[in-house]
Amino acid sequence: MTAAAISARNLRKVYPGSPDVVALADASIDIQDNEFFTLLGPSGCGKTTLLRMIAGFEHPTSGTLTMHGEDLTNLPPYKRPVNTVFQSYALFPHLTVAQNIGFGLEMLGKPKDEIKKTVGEMMELVKMSQMADRQTGQISGGQQQRVALARALAPRPKVLLLDEPLSALDFKLRKDMQLELKRLQTETGITFIFVTHDQEEALTMSDRIAVMSAGTIRQIGGPRDIYDRPAERFVADFIGDTNFVPAQIAANTGNDAQVTLSSGKTVTAKMPEGAALTGKVTLAVRPEHASIGAEAAGLLPGRLSEIVYFGTDTHFHVALDDGTGFVVRSQNRPNETLPFSTGDRISVDFAPGVGQVLRD
Amino acid sequence: MAKRFQIQQMPGFRTIAVVTFVLLYMPIFLLVIYSFNAGTSIAIWEGFSWRWYVSAWDNQQVQEATIRSLVIAFWASAISTTLAVLAALATTRTRKFKGQAAVFAMINQPLMVPEIVTAVALLIFFAMIKVATGYTGLMYLVIAHTAFCIPFAYLPIRARLIGMDLALEQAAADLYAPPFRVFTRITLPQLWPGILAGAMLAFVISLDDVVITEFVKSAGQDTLPTYMLGQLRRVVTPEVNAISTVLLGISVTMVVAFTALSKLKT
Repeated sequence: MTAAAISARNLRKVYPGSPDVVALADASIDIQDNEFFTLLGPSGCGKTTLLRMIAGFEHPTSGTLTMHGEDLTNLPPYKRPVNTVFQSYALFPHLTVAQNIGFGLEMLGKPKDEIKKTVGEMMELVKMSQMADRQTGQISGGQQQRVALARALAPRPKVLLLDEPLSALDFKLRKDMQLELKRLQTETGITFIFVTHDQEEALTMSDRIAVMSAGTIRQIGGPRDIYDRPAERFVADFIGDTNFVPAQIAANTGNDAQVTLSSGKTVTAKMPEGAALTGKVTLAVRPEHASIGAEAAGLLPGRLSEIVYFGTDTHFHVALDDGTGFVVRSQNRPNETLPFSTGDRISVDFAPGVGQVLRD
Repeated sequence: MAKRFQIQQMPGFRTIAVVTFVLLYMPIFLLVIYSFNAGTSIAIWEGFSWRWYVSAWDNQQVQEATIRSLVIAFWASAISTTLAVLAALATTRTRKFKGQAAVFAMINQPLMVPEIVTAVALLIFFAMIKVATGYTGLMYLVIAHTAFCIPFAYLPIRARLIGMDLALEQAAADLYAPPFRVFTRITLPQLWPGILAGAMLAFVISLDDVVITEFVKSAGQDTLPTYMLGQLRRVVTPEVNAISTVLLGISVTMVVAFTALSKLKT
């Protein structure tokens, strides 16, 4: 097996002070070649620190960082075959669009005609060919974003680092750029490491996602894994909307478990990997994975407290008899009449294997 | 709704403003007017004439003092600006180090210490060196001027550096530029308005100095301001007004240019 494109082992970053601030607490991660890998988490979770460490702007307090097996830990930024797209774009204001894109190649000492050729290709790639001689102050935010991308891609880095590059763009442009980034990654075959706090961005673009919180990596997996099988409460809560259902493990069969709910009914639920849980647990159930039905039919009885219409779907807010709340989301169909109205006695149901037991 | 406090509407605002400006600018205005006086008095108007400008221009002592002033100001501003750039980089572009505040205070020391103290200190210090080396040239004045010009050059350069986006330098390093090339290709091109502003400020400050120059200069090393001071002790003619007016013109030009440069976008 070839070594991972980026391999972090127990990376730790402590900013001394009183008290010390632990920005990154022994993070270990392997990112493979050609992967679109996303570091996802709320602000202050350490995702940017990890990215800046890979770029070389931050030096780890302890731990090692390798690229294809070669040690990067003590290499300055200008010696790392890694380029960054900055959140603020950081385009050089005194250089033209073309000069910005060619800067990395120029620093690498490439011949003039090769630089010209590559810059041309890059501008083509990000659809900025008409803007070569513009000053960076004369182009729009979306265009600056493209130039920043082209500038970072031009030296053909082994790994491209993207620090929340879409956060400054408006909604429509952000959607377009998500697809654009995915296309660029596929076309260039370069490993992308993308930092964001936006779960939707992470889910739509990534091959794999690392969910981070408080300086640690909580879960690594594909978008579907992360969404359908969150390993712990933080991940289930941070990504998408989730109902947390109290339950008791009745029988544990390894990958699955029989859990007893507050209503006394038993259902099959998925277990997090490598967790030996017993007794009281919390079950995560996505709103769109549950349904409502007649009082006696489902798993959890309660009263329909509110119906909220959202256009594409309707949210049913249920006050369960055990005192907790539950939201069921169901997609709307044309000419539909709802079988229930607010105040009705109903029950919430979900299929075996839908609930996910959480590691707390 | 509560009205916001507006100082313009306070009683007497206009009067105070007018009096302040008159006090500030009237003397200068009179100085300029009388530089064109045809007579020999600096107080009695006898008609318009360029005679004192011509007289100053033809005065060999004035010529020599002017050239000396310009030479000193040139070297003092060049050296102090170079040092100020290095100091500004050290205080803004390095990891925070112990005693950084103390370094900042030391660089700005000439602004706080009374000029007369610096002057006496330099006089004694240079006297010792003169005895030891025998050298009595212009270098003493250049060094003295450099010393008090440093903070004036330093402040606008530092302000510019602080205002610059650090991400730009990181982006350059990320794009394979080693530290020195980051400085020459990214930092310096954006810093030059600050450097120019600092140099100009230093130049004007050097050109204008009396106290330290008076103490440090050897015989025959009069600069324009010390020459004028010497003249005032004897007969005062509008020639002094003419020289002052020219100096004023140079200063105003430089200050306007300085303000314009400071406002240039990063």
